[in-house]
Amino acid sequence: MLTLHDTTAAEFRAAVEASLGQKAALCYQCGKCTAGCPMAWDMDLSPNQVVHAVQLGMREKALRCKSIWVCASCETCSTRCPKDFDLARTMDVLRQMSLEAKMACPEAHDIIDFHRSFLNSIRRHGRTHEPEFIAEYKLRSLHFFQDAWNAVWMALRGKINPLPRSISGKAAIRRIFDRCRER
Amino acid sequence: MTLPNQTPRSTCTLGYYPGCALHGTSKEYDISVRAVAAELGQELREIEDWNCCGASAGHSTNRKLAACLSLRNLALARQQNLKTVLTPCPLCSKQLLSAAAEVAANPQVRSEAEQTIEMSFGGGVRAINYIQYCTDSLDAISSRIGEGLRGLKAACYYGCLLTRPPKVVQFDDAEHPTSMENVVRALKGEPVEFSCKTDCCGGGFTQSHPEAVLRLSRKILENAKAAGAEVIAVACPMCQVNLDMRQAAIEKRYGISLGLPIVYLSQLAGLALGIDRKKLGLGLHFVSMPERGA
Amino acid sequence: MSRIGVFICHCGENIAATVDCPRVAREAASMPGVVHSVDYEYLCSDPGQSLIKDAIREHRLSGVVVASCSPRMHETTFRRAAAEAGLNPFRCEMANIREQCSWVHADREQATRKAVDLIRMMVHKVARNESLCPIKVPVNKTALVVGGGIAGIQAALDIANAGHRVILVEREPSIGGHMAQLSETFPTLDCSQCILTPRMVEAASHPNITLHVYSEIESLTGFIGNFEVKIRNKAKSVDLGLCTGCGACTLACPLAGRIGNEFDRGLGKRGAVYIPFPQAVPHKPVIDRAKCLRFQAAQKKGIPVQDCSVCGKCADACPIAPRKAIDFSQEDVIITEKVGAVVIATGYELYTGGRPRPGDRYAGCGEYGYDDYPDVINGMQFERLASASGPTQGRILRPSDGLEPQTVVFVKCVGSRDNAKGFTYCSKVCCMYTAKHAMLYRHKVHAGRAIVFYMDVRSPGKGFDEFVRRAIEDDDACYIRGRVSKITREGGKLLVQGADTLSGEQVEVMADMVVLATAMTARHDADELARKFRAAYDKDCWLTEAHPKLRPVESATAGVFLAGACQGPKDIPDSVAQASAAAGKVLVLFSSDELQREPLVARVNRTAPPQYSTCTGCFACKAACPAGAIEVEDITDKAGNTVKSVARVNEGVCQGCGTCVAACRSGSIELCGFTDEQVFAQIDAL
Repeated sequence: MLTLHDTTAAEFRAAVEASLGQKAALCYQCGKCTAGCPMAWDMDLSPNQVVHAVQLGMREKALRCKSIWVCASCETCSTRCPKDFDLARTMDVLRQMSLEAKMACPEAHDIIDFHRSFLNSIRRHGRTHEPEFIAEYKLRSLHFFQDAWNAVWMALRGKINPLPRSISGKAAIRRIFDRCRER
Repeated sequence: MTLPNQTPRSTCTLGYYPGCALHGTSKEYDISVRAVAAELGQELREIEDWNCCGASAGHSTNRKLAACLSLRNLALARQQNLKTVLTPCPLCSKQLLSAAAEVAANPQVRSEAEQTIEMSFGGGVRAINYIQYCTDSLDAISSRIGEGLRGLKAACYYGCLLTRPPKVVQFDDAEHPTSMENVVRALKGEPVEFSCKTDCCGGGFTQSHPEAVLRLSRKILENAKAAGAEVIAVACPMCQVNLDMRQAAIEKRYGISLGLPIVYLSQLAGLALGIDRKKLGLGLHFVSMPERGA
Repeated sequence: MSRIGVFICHCGENIAATVDCPRVAREAASMPGVVHSVDYEYLCSDPGQSLIKDAIREHRLSGVVVASCSPRMHETTFRRAAAEAGLNPFRCEMANIREQCSWVHADREQATRKAVDLIRMMVHKVARNESLCPIKVPVNKTALVVGGGIAGIQAALDIANAGHRVILVEREPSIGGHMAQLSETFPTLDCSQCILTPRMVEAASHPNITLHVYSEIESLTGFIGNFEVKIRNKAKSVDLGLCTGCGACTLACPLAGRIGNEFDRGLGKRGAVYIPFPQAVPHKPVIDRAKCLRFQAAQKKGIPVQDCSVCGKCADACPIAPRKAIDFSQEDVIITEKVGAVVIATGYELYTGGRPRPGDRYAGCGEYGYDDYPDVINGMQFERLASASGPTQGRILRPSDGLEPQTVVFVKCVGSRDNAKGFTYCSKVCCMYTAKHAMLYRHKVHAGRAIVFYMDVRSPGKGFDEFVRRAIEDDDACYIRGRVSKITREGGKLLVQGADTLSGEQVEVMADMVVLATAMTARHDADELARKFRAAYDKDCWLTEAHPKLRPVESATAGVFLAGACQGPKDIPDSVAQASAAAGKVLVLFSSDELQREPLVARVNRTAPPQYSTCTGCFACKAACPAGAIEVEDITDKAGNTVKSVARVNEGVCQGCGTCVAACRSGSIELCGFTDEQVFAQIDAL
C-alpha cells in the first residue's frame, strides 16, 4: 500500500534527485529503457519500474531490489531515453545509497563482494593486483575453483603478475579513499 | 554521425594511460599498442604513477571516489604536460572524460575534488580511445602497409563504452558506428556488418556474474559468426576477455561450435604493418588466431 | 477653450466600495477646463450613456473623460455614444479607476486621492486631444491562397463561392496535398481520394479560382487590402493549353519506372516526365529537369536544351499536331497579382525517422533502422501500400521481397514527444492513424498479427475513441504499452525489442514489417516562407496564430490568415474547419469596399519649405518599425528633382506601437492620440 501523505517518500525521492541533478518526474514511463536493457531478464524490477519506485518515493523497493546490482552499466538506457533521463547514473546513485543504508539485496552478494575486493586492492596499492583481489573475492564468495584452469593457463603464458606493484602515491590514494568514505 | 574528434596533436609524443587490465591479464593489448606505436615512430609516454580508475566497482559504489581517482590521473597528466592521453580501455577513458566534464561544469565540485586528491587540475587534458588513435594515424599506417590484412573478414565489435554515453564520450554514432570499420578497411581487411556490434557482452561480470556473460556474449559471437566473420575485432579488454576466455564455456553450455578469434585492433594493425605475431601477443589468447597463408 | 465633461462611474460596488465617487466628482468640477462633473451608478448602461449624450449636447462639451473601468471594456461603447451626440469620438477618453485603482487598493482615502489624480491627468490630456478621423484603406477583393491541399482547397472554394476571385498557388504539379496520398480516413474509413477529388475538380474548374500549379510565391509586399504578390510559374516543359493529358510521353520516357516517386514516397516509380498520380488535377505531366536526360546533357554541354539532341522521346511520342505539347524551351514565368487577403495553407512534412543528417532541424533515429531495412517504413508509406491506386494496388506487401507480411509491428511516437531528438510536442494524428493502419492491415491480411507499441492513446474527437476500441476489440490489434528500443534484421525478419511497462517485461517480436508513426513537422522551408509573409513562427516553425485561444486563424500580420497543418499538427476535420474559418475572416474583410482603421497611428511632421519637415532622413524609425510601416518619401520640386527624402508612415500598416517615436532622434514623428504634448501634460498634472 502506498500512502502518499508519508513524508519519507518525498525525502527519498528528493535525495535521489539531488545526487542525480535531475527530477524523477522527467521520466514518463515509456519503457524504452526496459526494452533495450541487456540484463532485464535477470532483474526483479524492470528498469522503468526502478525509476517508478523513485518517482513514488518507494525507498525500500528501490534500495532492496536486485535490479540495481545486475545492471551492467552498459549506458543503453540513458543513450536512448527520449527524455534524456540518466538512468545509468540513477543506478549508480541507488547502489551507493543501498550500501550506505545496508539494504543491499542478498542475492547480489557475489557482485557486491567483487566490488569490495576490487576496491580494497586499489586502496592498498593504488592499482589492482589481480591475484590478490581475486583471492579475496574467492574467500568472500567461496567460489574457490572458478577459473582455476584458466588461471593456470594464463600463468603459464605470463599473463599474471605474481607480485603486486604499488604506486608511489599509495598513501595519497588511501587518504582519497578515506575522505570519500566519510559521511 | 559524430565524427571522431580530431585532436590537434602537437608533436609525436602521446600520453599513455594503460589502466590495470593492460598491465594484468590483458597484457597483449598493451604489448601490441606499444609495438604499433614503435613501428610508426610515435612515442608513448605512460603517465607516471597513474592509479586505477576504479572501474565498475568505483562508480557503482562511490561516485565521489570514482571521480577523484580519475581526476588524480588527469592532474598527473597535466603536471607531466601530456595534453592528449591514449587510453586503450574504454572504461578508463569514459571515466576520465566524465570526471573532466564534471569538474569543468561545476567549480564547487572541482574545488572539493582537488582538496581530496591534494592536487589541482586546470583542465586541458583529453583522453582518446584506440580507434581514435588509429584514425588519427591513418596516413602513417596506410603508407606503411603492403597487402595489409589481405581481405581478412573482421566483425568490428564496439561494446558499450566506446560510443556511449554519447554526451560524455562524443565519439562516432551510438547506433551505427563506423569508425572501427574504417580503420579495418584502411588495414586492407574486410569489415563484416552484424547487428550486435554495440550490444553489451556482460562487461565487468566476468567473475562475479558469469551467467550474464555467457548469455550476452553468446549472442554476439553467434551473430558475428553467422555474418561470415573470421575474427572479431575489439578495442576493449573486458570485451576481449568475455568473448575469448568465456568462449569455451559458451560452446559447452549451449552446445554450439564457434572457434572465433577475438583480436585487438592494435594486433590487427600490427599484423597489417608486418610486425611479428609474437611481438603482438597473439599467442596469449584462449582462441588463437590462425596464421594467414602467404 | 476646453469644455470638458467628467463622468465618474460607481460600477455598482466595484468602484464605489473603495472610491468616494461623489467626492471625486466634486474635486473634478474644479479642474481646469471642466464645466460639468457628475457621478453615476452604471455609465455603460443605456441611461448612463444617455446621461453622457445629453450632457454633451446641453453643455456643448468639447471633450469627455469617463472615469470607470478599463478602456479594453468600454472605450468603444463610450466613443460611439460621443459620436452619436455629435462629438468626435477621439475626444472621449477613459480614466481607469477600477482595474488600476479600486480593484487593487484597500485604503479608501488613498484610493480616492488616486482616482482624483488619474482623472486630473486625463483631463489635461483630453484638453489637448485632436479630432481624428478613421483611416480608410481600399480593399482589393481578390484572395491569395497558398497551398492546394485540403485546407487550401476548402478556403479557396468558400471564398470563390461567395463571389470573390481567388488565386490558388500550389508548389507540386497537382493539387490535393497529403490527403491525396491517404488510403482511408478515420474515423469512418472513407476513401480519401473519393471524398477529395470532387473538391479538387471543383477548385480547378471554378470560374472564380485561378489555379497555378508547379508554382511558388516569389514575394509578397503591401498591406491588408492592398498586397502585391509575385508568383513564379516554374517551367513544366509542357504547354498546358495544348496538352490533353493522354500520358503517351510518360510511357515513352526511357527513365519510366526508374525514379522514386515522391507521391508514393519512394515505394513507387516514375519517369522524368510524369503525372504525379492518376487522379492528379490538373491531369497534365511535367518534366523533372534535374533527372531528364536531355536537360542534364544540355546543362553539361552548356548548350540550350532545344539544340541538344539527346533523347526527346517524350516529344516524339506526343500525338498533338502541328505543334507538340512538350516544350523544352519553356522558362519560369513571374506573374504579378494584386490581392487583398492571403490565406497560408502550406501544410506539413513528415519526420523521416532515419539516420541523422547534417542540417536537419531534429536529431535522427538510427535505432529503428529506417534507412537500413526496406521493410521498416513510415506511416505515409503504409498509406501508399494500402491505397488502391498505390504501387501495390492496395495489397500490403513487403518492399524487400513483395511477400505479404504475417506480423506487422506498429511503433508510435517516433520523434513526437521525444525531447532527446528535439521534439517537445505531440503530433496529434498518429494515435488515430495507427489504429486505422492496424485495422486496414487486419482487414486485408486476415491471418496477420498487428502489434502496436504505444505510450498513450490519444483519441479525443467525435467517434475517435470508439474507433480505437474497434481496432482493439473487433479487429484484434494487440496493443502493448511500452516503447521499442531497437530494431535489427535477423535473416529475412525484423527483430523488434520492446517492453511492456504494465507487467515490467521485455517484449521481443520477430516481425515481417514495421511501420513507424513518425512525427508531423513543419515544412523544411517554413521559416523562409513565413518571412515572405511576415508571419510569425515558433521554435518548431509552426506558423503562430494571433491568439492561441481566441484568434486561431489570424496571423500576427493583418490580412494574412492561417489554415491547416502549417499552424500546427492537426487532422482533416480540424484543417477543414480552420480553412472555412480563415475564409470567413477573408469574407469579413471583403464585406466592405473600404477598411476602417483606428487613426491612432504615427505621423511624420511637415513644415514649410525649404525645411519641409524636421525629419533628417536618418530612417532610424524605418529600421525600428516592427510592422514595416515606414516608407521613404521623396519630396520633389516642380521639375521633379528630389530635394529631400523623409520618412512617411503608411497609415494602412501602422500598428500604433510608438517604437518609431522613441527611435526618432529629431523628434519629428509623433503618435496621434498620444503626442508628446499630451503625455507630458498628463505627467505634469500629477
